Amino acid sequence: MVRINPLVTSYPFIHLSGVRKVYGEHLAISDASFDVMPGELVSLVGPSGCGKSTLLKILAGLHPHDGGEVRIGSPSHPFDPSKDVGMVFQAPLLLKWRRILENVLLPAEILGLPGAPSKARARDLLALVGLAGNEDKYPYELSGGMQQRAAIARALVHDPKLVLMDEPFGALDALTREKMNLELLRIWKEAGKTIVFVTHGISEAVFLGTRVVVLTAGPARMADNFVVELPYPRTLDMKTHEKFGEYTRRIYRLLGME
Amino acid sequence: MTSKYGRWTLAILAHLALLLAWYLFVKLGNVPKFVMPSPEATLDALLQPNYSWWTNIAVTGTEIFGGYVLALVVGVALALIFTWSKVLEAFFMPLLVSLNMIPKVALGPLIIVWFKYGIFPNSIMAFSIAVFPILLTTARGLREIEPELLDLVRSLKGSRWQLFTKIQLPGALPYIFAGMKVGAILAVAGAIVGEFLGSDKGLGYLMLQVQVTLDTPAMFMAVLMITAIGMLLYGVVLALERLLVVKDARVV
Repeated sequence: MVRINPLVTSYPFIHLSGVRKVYGEHLAISDASFDVMPGELVSLVGPSGCGKSTLLKILAGLHPHDGGEVRIGSPSHPFDPSKDVGMVFQAPLLLKWRRILENVLLPAEILGLPGAPSKARARDLLALVGLAGNEDKYPYELSGGMQQRAAIARALVHDPKLVLMDEPFGALDALTREKMNLELLRIWKEAGKTIVFVTHGISEAVFLGTRVVVLTAGPARMADNFVVELPYPRTLDMKTHEKFGEYTRRIYRLLGME
Repeated sequence: MTSKYGRWTLAILAHLALLLAWYLFVKLGNVPKFVMPSPEATLDALLQPNYSWWTNIAVTGTEIFGGYVLALVVGVALALIFTWSKVLEAFFMPLLVSLNMIPKVALGPLIIVWFKYGIFPNSIMAFSIAVFPILLTTARGLREIEPELLDLVRSLKGSRWQLFTKIQLPGALPYIFAGMKVGAILAVAGAIVGEFLGSDKGLGYLMLQVQVTLDTPAMFMAVLMITAIGMLLYGVVLALERLLVVKDARVV
């Protein structure tokens, strides 16, 4: 089989083993164990309440975990938890009173990065996500899909090593979503980031991921972790491949839908 | 006629139509002057020196603006304190909601007992009625922050101050202005009620003076003046909002 990503080395960038999280009586996630190689795009897929968002917050350093081990960073890819996380959410969450360029610059401002280089980088990123020429517009002047592109640029502006995406295309219409999937793969390839992508879209998870981690609800636990052996660049007609169907069926089965 | 230009034309036409209706009603209906004066008779009152228009306008204007600015400063400051201390908010907010239920007009006689009469107590009256909407909407605006945005700032280890200056305060601005607009209207009412209850100057005082002699044109003119002061205040707030708040973020 062809190597799916040239950046993949033998030392994991993220190492989770037996991770547990409890909110009071409620077990939010149990026994999550998987590795993510530098430069991978890993999909976390599962129904609501399976703990995928919780896992993402643990990776973002927003919530402590209650058991197991979480290690991010490797000798070749050191990780600074205060600078190396970019986040994209289901809603674009752009600040209404800031122009698009100023919105993209927010993380750079918070981190106190020098203005001029950050601005240049923000412009480059807006071009990368296909928003060149929209720098001075306000969010309300852009469509939902375009706002989400700006949110992706914002997540990349401080050059983080890890980008965490929590159902970023869940609020978009089906066509825009497909388009954004292709765009994300292109941006991922250009930016060379490690991405953890949370979704409840099974086909989306397989289409994007170098690897898919399946989580199930009630009780919340990790059910599967497999490599998607489809070459990049991925194209929409791959969705009709036999292999693609096998992967999605494998997930459906785990989620008890078949 | 939905263009900006068309809207302005319609708005001006509506005002002129009311003026014309007023004129025709008085003229054709032979309405006695002491019941309803004509527009000219009202305008004529402006020329009578014994009404001391400028003094009275200055007094009422000072009361309204003074009370309003005080309400703005105190209202926003209290709301800010509440966002910094959850305990203070939990302690004072329910109390303020209860205090807001007091009809402020009912405090008038007490305010006179406490502060005598004059410009200051009338400003306090305007303040007491205008401060609550400003405080409550500002507090609400500062609280309205998407949890994910909070996560975003936290994931970058942003400080409380950065969260406040970059997200909370600019996010609350539309709410502050919504409260300021309501407060502007109430401040005018507060000052006038204060003058009705006890004062020796001001447009409200003038109205009570001329009421005795059924000098309706002067009363009409006084009402117009009070309205003009209110419109000026509201206009200033509106202009500031235009300047500071991005169109899409405005709360109507």
